Amino acid sequence: MKAFIPSSRILRSLLPAFSLTVLLIAIFYLQPRTMSYMGLNLLLNLALPIAFATLAQMCVITVNDLDLGIGAFVGFVACVGATWLNDTPVLGAGVLILCIAAYAALGALIHLRNLPSIVVTLGMSFFWLGLALLVLPTPGGKAPDWVRAVMTVKTPGLPATIYASVLVAILVHVALMRSAYGVVLRGVGGNPRAVERAGWSLLRAKMTMYSLAGFFGVLSGISLIGLTTSADANIALRYTLLSIAGVILGGGEFVGGRISPVGAVLGAITLTLAGSFLSFLRISPDWQIGAQGAILILVLALRVLINRAGSK
Amino acid sequence: MFESSERLIAVDGVGKSYGAVRALGEVCLEINSGQALGIVGHNGAGKSTLISILAGTQLPSRGQLAFADGEPMPGYGVGQAHANGIRCVFQELSLCPNLSVAENARILHPAIRGFGWKASATRLIAGKLDEIFPGHGINTGEPVGDLTIAKRQMVEIARAFTFVDTPIRLVILDEPTSSLDTVIARQLLAHLRSFIDQGGACILISHLLEEILENCDRIVVMRDGGVVADREATAFTKTSLVAAMGSVAKERGSTRRAPTKRKTGEQPLVSLRPARQSDERTLNVYTGEIVGLAGLSGHGQTEALVDIYLKNPPSPLVSGTQRPMALVPGDRQVDGVFPLWSIGRNITIGSMRHMVRGGLIDQQAEERLAEEWKRRIAIRTPDMHDNILSLSGGNQQKALFARALGSPAGIILMDDPMRGVDISTKQEVYEMIREEAGLGRTFIWYTTEMDELEHCDHVYVFRNGSIVADLSGDELTEQKVLQASFEESGDAERRHTRVDGAP
Repeated sequence: MKAFIPSSRILRSLLPAFSLTVLLIAIFYLQPRTMSYMGLNLLLNLALPIAFATLAQMCVITVNDLDLGIGAFVGFVACVGATWLNDTPVLGAGVLILCIAAYAALGALIHLRNLPSIVVTLGMSFFWLGLALLVLPTPGGKAPDWVRAVMTVKTPGLPATIYASVLVAILVHVALMRSAYGVVLRGVGGNPRAVERAGWSLLRAKMTMYSLAGFFGVLSGISLIGLTTSADANIALRYTLLSIAGVILGGGEFVGGRISPVGAVLGAITLTLAGSFLSFLRISPDWQIGAQGAILILVLALRVLINRAGSK
Repeated sequence: MFESSERLIAVDGVGKSYGAVRALGEVCLEINSGQALGIVGHNGAGKSTLISILAGTQLPSRGQLAFADGEPMPGYGVGQAHANGIRCVFQELSLCPNLSVAENARILHPAIRGFGWKASATRLIAGKLDEIFPGHGINTGEPVGDLTIAKRQMVEIARAFTFVDTPIRLVILDEPTSSLDTVIARQLLAHLRSFIDQGGACILISHLLEEILENCDRIVVMRDGGVVADREATAFTKTSLVAAMGSVAKERGSTRRAPTKRKTGEQPLVSLRPARQSDERTLNVYTGEIVGLAGLSGHGQTEALVDIYLKNPPSPLVSGTQRPMALVPGDRQVDGVFPLWSIGRNITIGSMRHMVRGGLIDQQAEERLAEEWKRRIAIRTPDMHDNILSLSGGNQQKALFARALGSPAGIILMDDPMRGVDISTKQEVYEMIREEAGLGRTFIWYTTEMDELEHCDHVYVFRNGSIVADLSGDELTEQKVLQASFEESGDAERRHTRVDGAP
């Protein structure tokens, strides 16, 4: 009897995929023309940068912190990408590496001084926004041609975004969920004291996760300008909340190191599609954020129901 | 017993101070291989500090540790402790709840890495679990957070005994049996004995004095951060141990309450038939009684408490009324303390509704209540505004008692609240429970300790989620309780029976 009822843990991990499927079916139903290479490509166009930003957020959430500066950071990276990386690639690449180092330093600061990450990263969001405005005071710039070429590559069968998302999800899943050190990194979120008592450096773990977050933030910014061709300091401000929503939608939890990289990517895609879905329903863009919130509440409510059923 | 045992570690004048507070004086102690060393002492005697230093998680302020085969090492830390084969099972569990059992094993072993690490970690921990706790029923792929507290404890203990390349020479166990039931505790103690017979060393800290007396070769008594006695176990008795710890040993039996007669026909205050009860037996509680729930741990006692709690909701008609009952939780970390709050706030939260003036909290009333309970239950703190976590475990538990007793609730539910609390704290709390019961309060008390049933008027023994015995007055004996708990297996041995035929 028991073998036929999947455990609530399995149901929970299937929930992100389930919500995405439901949403896709709804979109195909409303607008059958999206069921084509071109249609999917347009639908999922902006999913990749959001997926990267979500993974960045997930790295920070893994160690029980929250990054409120990721949107501004992605905006800054986009500005650097559309200016220095195009004009003087070496300088541009150097700055981007510095950005990742800055994220690692942020992790060290938060850990050593025992500061609330929310405060530090919120402060940093203004710092990144200011820097972005210094680099690119008015919207413009030009994405490097190679970035543009990579982001618009035509792949056989399905749009490149889908292949890229699958690849990234698998890579991060292996790194965090299957690798031996990934266990330690997630353990830091679960019970930092236990990890410390086993002889691991919490500082190193936090710096690793923050630099990973910085790395994905850079990927997000660069992939974004590959699609938009130019940049703007405010281009990705909404990514902060979108990325948090994506992690939670994908089955992650704010504390306790319970995360799912595959779920996070699915969550990011779901959020991207939610916008199109609402447009197809002819809901005005003014209401879209509220409607996205409603979708989020719906999925979280389902999760609670599954948990309740599981604990019975 | 083991005269030929060799010295493994010499603790040489080790002391620890936190600012002005001296947690550990200058302790000199020898830890020998092939010997089980018991450490007993009150809360605040320095046991935890001493083992943290041995485990390398804290640096001593003074003194050093000398290993038999090495120089005294400066900067001794977790790494060196592991390299010297020292393992520690701390009282509050050191597992990551979000990770699986196998992944938790990996956390302890940096050497398990590379391709196929998961398979080797699984083999390692599953093998050890099978060896120590045959028939444990733990799935190594399951997240630790989904396991019961007893199973988590089993995983943690088994993990401490696993090794990859450095053999284990010393295992420190801090209250290892406090959340285990009789059978499992006996499996552990048997394993411990065979580990020692093979030349290992072990430090056992337990508040169950019989457990220490019967399973240790040597006993060290600590008081106020120093060692006050260090002798062969056979030189001690329970009374002399308690005397050495400095608290007054109370004669068993004198504390026994005269059983109150239940009047037939009177309506019980609380009545519950457990969900899995097949016969007509019910749990009945009358006003002013102390009712014990006994049996092996995890056999439905906690569920019964929760059921009682949920079936008595606050009256919806009268606004501001509270539930007529308060709960003293057993798992302090999970459902006990508010870790970010002060001691005072942790106590007064139970009575908050009665301290509201015009929609705001009456701060003076709050302070008064906190101070009153600091005095009544003797919480050892300079200031009730300090964070709750600044207290030792026993004192945190006292604060939780104060929360329940300080509330206006007429019925107090207790979910094995004395887990890992020292003897003198327990005596103080028992005293208070009896006093409150005399004043007409009702207590429903789930306990895993036989001694505590002595304080109850009526005891219900649980097995597999249902009540199997209802004992009171003269029927209430240890033998009867054990018989009821074990009826099916026909196994009614005492919990602390020495497991091996000791020479």
